[in-house]
Amino acid sequence: MPASLGPPTGSPGLFTNVPASFPARSVPICTGVQPFHFLRREVSVTTRRRLFEFIRPERGLSFNDIVIILVIGVLVYVGARLALRAPAMVQGPTISLEPAVLPWYALRSVIRMLAAYLLSLVFSLVYGYIAAYNRRAERFMMPVLDVLQSVPILSFLPVVLLSLSAVLPERIATELASIVLIFTSQAWNMTFNWYQSLTTIPNELREASAIFRFNGWVRLKTLEFPFGAIGLIWNSMMSWAGGWFFLMAAEIFTVGQRDFRLPGLGAYLQEAANQGNVTAILWGIGTLVLVIVLLDQLVWRPLLVWADKFKLETVESDFPPRSWFYDLLQNSRLWKWWGAHVWAPFQEKLDEWMVRVWPAEQAPAPGRRTRPWLGYILAGIFGAALVYGVFRAGEMLLMVPGQQWGEIGLGVLATLLRVAISLIIALAWTLPVGVAIGTSPAVANLVQPIVQIVASVPATALFPVFLLFLTRIFGGLNVASVFLMLMGTQWYVLFNVIAGASAIPQDLKYTSALLQLSRWERWRLLILPALFPYLITGAITASGGAWNASIVAEHVEFAGRTLSTTGIGALIARATAAGDYPLLLAATLSMIVTVVLINRVLWHRLYQVAQERFRME
Amino acid sequence: MAKDHAIVELQHVYQMYGRGERRFTAVQDVNLTVREGEFVVLLGPSGCGKSTLLRIITGLQSPSEGTVLYRGEPLRGVNPHATIVFQTFALFPWLTVLENVEVALKAKGVPAKLRVARALDWIDVVGLDGFEMAYPRELSGGMRQKVGFARAMAVEPELLCLDEPFSALDVLSAESLRGELLELWVGGKIPTKAILMVTHNIDEAVYLADRIVVMEKNPGRIVNELQIGLPHPRQRKSPEYLRIVDQVYALLVGQTQPEAIELGSAPGEPGRTRSLPAIRIGDLAGLLEHVAESAKPAHDVYVLKDELGVDDDYLFRLIDAAEMLGFGTVSQGDFIITPLGETFAAASILARKEIFATRISRIPIFRWLMGLLKAAEGNELEREVILRALELEFPPEEAERQLDIIIEWGRYAELLSYDDDREVIFLERAPAVKTAA
Repeated sequence: MPASLGPPTGSPGLFTNVPASFPARSVPICTGVQPFHFLRREVSVTTRRRLFEFIRPERGLSFNDIVIILVIGVLVYVGARLALRAPAMVQGPTISLEPAVLPWYALRSVIRMLAAYLLSLVFSLVYGYIAAYNRRAERFMMPVLDVLQSVPILSFLPVVLLSLSAVLPERIATELASIVLIFTSQAWNMTFNWYQSLTTIPNELREASAIFRFNGWVRLKTLEFPFGAIGLIWNSMMSWAGGWFFLMAAEIFTVGQRDFRLPGLGAYLQEAANQGNVTAILWGIGTLVLVIVLLDQLVWRPLLVWADKFKLETVESDFPPRSWFYDLLQNSRLWKWWGAHVWAPFQEKLDEWMVRVWPAEQAPAPGRRTRPWLGYILAGIFGAALVYGVFRAGEMLLMVPGQQWGEIGLGVLATLLRVAISLIIALAWTLPVGVAIGTSPAVANLVQPIVQIVASVPATALFPVFLLFLTRIFGGLNVASVFLMLMGTQWYVLFNVIAGASAIPQDLKYTSALLQLSRWERWRLLILPALFPYLITGAITASGGAWNASIVAEHVEFAGRTLSTTGIGALIARATAAGDYPLLLAATLSMIVTVVLINRVLWHRLYQVAQERFRME
Repeated sequence: MAKDHAIVELQHVYQMYGRGERRFTAVQDVNLTVREGEFVVLLGPSGCGKSTLLRIITGLQSPSEGTVLYRGEPLRGVNPHATIVFQTFALFPWLTVLENVEVALKAKGVPAKLRVARALDWIDVVGLDGFEMAYPRELSGGMRQKVGFARAMAVEPELLCLDEPFSALDVLSAESLRGELLELWVGGKIPTKAILMVTHNIDEAVYLADRIVVMEKNPGRIVNELQIGLPHPRQRKSPEYLRIVDQVYALLVGQTQPEAIELGSAPGEPGRTRSLPAIRIGDLAGLLEHVAESAKPAHDVYVLKDELGVDDDYLFRLIDAAEMLGFGTVSQGDFIITPLGETFAAASILARKEIFATRISRIPIFRWLMGLLKAAEGNELEREVILRALELEFPPEEAERQLDIIIEWGRYAELLSYDDDREVIFLERAPAVKTAA
């Protein structure tokens, strides 16, 4: 799974929001097997400048950030208020462990994913389009997106679940909560990418479409969509991977008397682990892997092969993507017939109609002015609502006793420590292994497919299974939760190290051999500096994923037992179980602010350094 | 029809960028008429605003001031009767040759059958039949530009605008494409009523144009017009042809001015700050060596161009640098090396650096910077600070370019140094100080 082309931020989503390449297209960030040639389109100076305008990594929190965090705070508060009326006990549906139900469960999971994905796609296309073409909107839309994508999404899950179940029937509320959650994990990276495609379209192609008087439709079809297609597909793949992670968590969220669960693969695995049914666990994981592999083979690969023609490169690439399914379709009569007799005529008619009803843009009529007062009124209403919301949220926060604030602080620290440890462990083993794989094509070819399949299983699906073993070995969740975080995050570091190692130029490797550098010198002078941008990218994603995972890793209920440890994730889960809404609000907000701050202060800066000093050009 | 069949008329056109203190004029008071049946060439160095004019004429950009008339009517929005052939072809890489030509017609709402027939016709005319289904990446540069021409012609424009259409091509393809364009145009095989081309290649302009409009930069403006009466096809070796070429070179390369004007003033002082030409110092040495080796006292600039195999634009910049540094002078299209220039050409690497250092110390912009650095604490200044000051004299991108040139020249002369990590410019310390520290 590849890179997001979004500006840098730390990223919450485990598989999503793979961060933040900045300036996005100039550094190939590789989180999958593919070398991402398409990422190397140069970003024009103006675009770079344009991005810098609203994202200033050198500052801590900007005014914009604070407003956005306040808005998020108010939203969480509204959720918590609504949650007051949530039913105290929620009974989930019975989950059957019969292998025969698996196709049905798998289908339901996929439909949830599909619904959320379509929502994300529409959102991305519209949001990105507006931000790219309306400079005034852009000034506030992009910072909003930037903060949103660094917020740990899973921390919202309890609030979203509780508030929705207060206003909607339970089943619908849980379904909707899962879709909302998946949406929030999928939309941002796609939006960033689409926005970025739109703003990096070469000027000459824009001018050509203007001089030949393309209308909006012809321009979208001939220029904007083809230009953005490859990035959009890769980011969709990533979004799906991220979506699985959150779907698994959303299907099996259980705290205290509240058992939110949805019939689906995630719930199946949870139930199987609960009952200690190893056969069922294997069936469940097998089905999940099968579904993921099938989607990859039947949907994403063929799409990638199809989109290969949209590459901007002016020469043929050496390793075009391949797909047996695409070849099969291309050679099938039915497909050809469909293309020639249905699809092509339909397109022709559609284009004709679009050109007729939608004239090419004329110059804006002189003297037309926008009504600024409308904007002021809206801003006023928004501001007033915000102030009121902040006030009420503040009131609720005041209800949190000082001792609980102490707990929150301790929890944040404990989780921070776990995130750091899991990151260090991930770096420690992936560095040597990744370099070994990345520098030797033979090993790479052998290992990569295996690693990819292993990594494609969302960590949240395996949590219950691993708990079965981990708690026995280490005795406490305190240590086990670090491993749970590690499980989801290490792959990103590994993929990036592999990508970085395989991108080290051959001539530099020869030079260091000719100079007879010692092993240590070689690492210090060549390998580590060359890997640095990739390590940072991997670490940003990994830490984002670890924060998210803390919600489900630090507080676990299974097989009738409740395991909990000190940590902010555990605190959020406990507050949900106990119905302590002020604490829920305070803990969720603290986590969001911490993560956003760490992103701004630490990761943005490191990213900056990586981009400026350690880029191979 | 409008007066004497004018197709496009520009009246007092200005293009300005930025605002307040940082307002710069890219195009100043341009008046230009293109008449029916004319092949007009806008000729000038890069940065003279000729491409901007082309965009104003086609309506891609509207001027800050002034009027654009098309057939006597004020132009609003993109001109539907004009089209552009782009320097970088601007083909859609994901569309085949046929689709690239077709899409221009599709946008006009031409129905499918007619569209394909017309597109195929034009592909035929430019000589690309057999390549209809090829993608641009499979074609050579010259063939790609043919697609560009076919696409432009397919919409049957009255006014065909060419934005340096041959400059991205290799010499041979450019030459054959020029010939083919002339054949279509002179032979009346295209419905186009007038052609307006932008270029900085003087020979190309003289070879193709009925009229050459010469432009200068800082600010971009028209300085001269030249009617070329020679019949097509033109003989490049003929004395008349060479005379015109020499004349155009003389116009563009100008005359060496008294030093005060040649060097300009320092930033912040009254008067114009001269911009430094973007050249590689090694190339300047190459030019001087070449000139010093031959016994002739004066060199026709157009001959130099052929001998050195550089493009006109770059040659002018080299000559400009030579004039600023006192290594050469220009008079009536001839370049004459000075004794100092000869000394420089003959000198060793270190001696060259010394000569270069004394010469650039006379350039006001350097004097100004050295003064700032001497006064600054630790003899160093942040790049950003100097850039801000330069932005009062030059547009933002030009300011950045100027600073890069200053740093490069300063480094070569070992007068100043630049730390890229800290983004700080500092005075090169004398070796004695270095060892002491």
